Amino acid sequence: MTTPDGTTAATDESTDDAKQPGAATGLTLPGSEKKGVWRFVPEKTLPRHLLLVLLAFVGVVLLVESVSDFRVSQLATMAYYVPAVAGLTLLTGINGQISLGHGALMAVGAYTTALMLERYEGVPFTLVLVVAVVVTSLVGVLVGAAASRLHGPYLAGATLAFAVGLPGLAIYFEHTLGGEEGLRVRNLPEAPGLVQDAFFFITGNDLTAGKYRAYLAWFFALLVLFLLSNLVRSRYGRMWRAVRDDEVAAELAGIDLGRARILAFVVSAACAGVAGALLAVITRLVAPTSFTIVLSIFLLVAIVVGGLGSLTGAVLGSALLVFFIPFVTDRAVGLGLSQVQAANAAPLIFGLFLVVIMLAAPQGVVGTIRLRHLTRKAEKAMRAAQAR
Amino acid sequence: MEQFVTLTVNGVILGSVFAAFALTLVLIFRATRIINFGQGAMAMFSGFLALRTIEATGSWWLGLLVAIVSGFVIGALVERVIVRPVESGPEINAVIVTLGVFVGFVALAGILFGNQFRGFPGAFSLQGFDLVAITPNDLFKLGAVVVALLVLVVLFQLTSLGLQMRAAAFGQEVARLLGVRVSNMLTLGWALAGAFGALAGVLIASGSPISPNYMDAVVVFGFVAAVLGGLDSFVGAVVGGLVLGLTSTYVSGYVSSALPTLAALAILVVVLLVRPGGLFSSSVARKV
Repeated sequence: MTTPDGTTAATDESTDDAKQPGAATGLTLPGSEKKGVWRFVPEKTLPRHLLLVLLAFVGVVLLVESVSDFRVSQLATMAYYVPAVAGLTLLTGINGQISLGHGALMAVGAYTTALMLERYEGVPFTLVLVVAVVVTSLVGVLVGAAASRLHGPYLAGATLAFAVGLPGLAIYFEHTLGGEEGLRVRNLPEAPGLVQDAFFFITGNDLTAGKYRAYLAWFFALLVLFLLSNLVRSRYGRMWRAVRDDEVAAELAGIDLGRARILAFVVSAACAGVAGALLAVITRLVAPTSFTIVLSIFLLVAIVVGGLGSLTGAVLGSALLVFFIPFVTDRAVGLGLSQVQAANAAPLIFGLFLVVIMLAAPQGVVGTIRLRHLTRKAEKAMRAAQAR
Repeated sequence: MEQFVTLTVNGVILGSVFAAFALTLVLIFRATRIINFGQGAMAMFSGFLALRTIEATGSWWLGLLVAIVSGFVIGALVERVIVRPVESGPEINAVIVTLGVFVGFVALAGILFGNQFRGFPGAFSLQGFDLVAITPNDLFKLGAVVVALLVLVVLFQLTSLGLQMRAAAFGQEVARLLGVRVSNMLTLGWALAGAFGALAGVLIASGSPISPNYMDAVVVFGFVAAVLGGLDSFVGAVVGGLVLGLTSTYVSGYVSSALPTLAALAILVVVLLVRPGGLFSSSVARKV
């Protein structure tokens, strides 16, 4: 529990009970003893997150097996939004850097995947994914190095230029990258025979290609969530939060601001790389029109609505992008708008969301609920203390 | 050689419009220390209102008037209703709010005016003269920007209102003590920027097809131009706009029309790394 400078950091709510003030003074805070099912949740961060992720994967399997093909494709779409939104949450919510370039970083991952799959048939998908992540991270180092010296609006503007400019490369290198038409993704990953048999044995259903890709995507999405959730609770997470909250204090505590920022940007870019690779195999087409500035802003909407800095919020935000857009579009058609007009209804509402949430509840959905929960807990503790 | 002359002339004309747009960002930044990423979308909306007016009445000039007035009103409303509450908060909140304005206006325009491209008539003939590849419409664009600049200079340097606006930008507390209604000056800054942005939007549209996204790239060029000039210098914004206009036409003329925005990004990165305060910054060593 030490920050890089060697001082003891304030303990997070997640750390072992031995370090909590109550345990030290032999006084248990009311409400802190565990009740019901919570007794079975491990107190250590790592096993707890592992348990959560495993439960989530089981949940995904149950969900995918019980819904229609259309819903399966929606769930698969959500799977590639999750890593991107989670990565952006880390960068913006936890490190305080804003990026409008994550759509473009996803494009880097997606094009790398498409090219790899086309050139090297039979290479395991995991390897392709790793290469996509490495390439995206390298781009992330470049952008992050420039970004680490900028803040607020300057950073937003620079990454905006990156997002608007990068698709131009796909058009310039038309021969390799397919120009406006984009690249069709060939040689999609297929389930090994063993996995298919095991799947049939357990569920009694055939593992279709579409379902397999959905599971694959969710596997990597949850892996990213698992790694990130541990990372933000580690010394790096505290370092990033310290940089976000007070630059001067963080620097005085021995944190190298530039290095902390670049590291956050690279980790976040790697997540966008995963997202891009998953997008490539799920949508089976990578084209410049998939990676416009609108994608980057939608990712921002997801983290703002879910709650800046919360990974749970990132998952909620991804669900919002996937399920809310068709919902609103259908309602708009029902109100008598044409299809083209109705397609604009969701972006309009997203724009309003950004404004209204920033004005009324800057912590987003998860942050607001958590704040209310903590307030209530504190009030209860205060009443208990007064009664004594 | 002939291509070089043509590209240079076109670059200056495009640059003058970029300069006008960069000026709007500078106006807003001076007033409220916010960069308005929604400025392009607001200008686009005014541009579409102008197009509707032109289609309904047949008068180009009435369209321009409608655009400028609507830009003024939209700018003032956005500042008062949406931006005012976040002005004193964290920078990142203001950025997110202006991005919300950006998405919101583009979507609203899509609903009201449709997403397909529509032709926007030129103010004057689009036929080039015999000698140089320049059209009367291009000359008008250049002239309009110059006139607008002169109006701005006169307003800021020669009128009491301009003095008050400069005072409010320089030091809010002091200005308030001296009887300047600072709050009104901030709104006026946004409103003027809205009107100017609408002018730039109409000039960009004039003589070419437009869709709700036609200002997206202009936002990037305008932002880079404004940063190049240091974000609070009018002269800097004009020079920055011209540099960006020339870069844009040279790159698309000699290399590829897909790359001007990347060139703008390269310029931005170099400027921010070498001279973070911009080439014409009047403030000393502000940390970027």
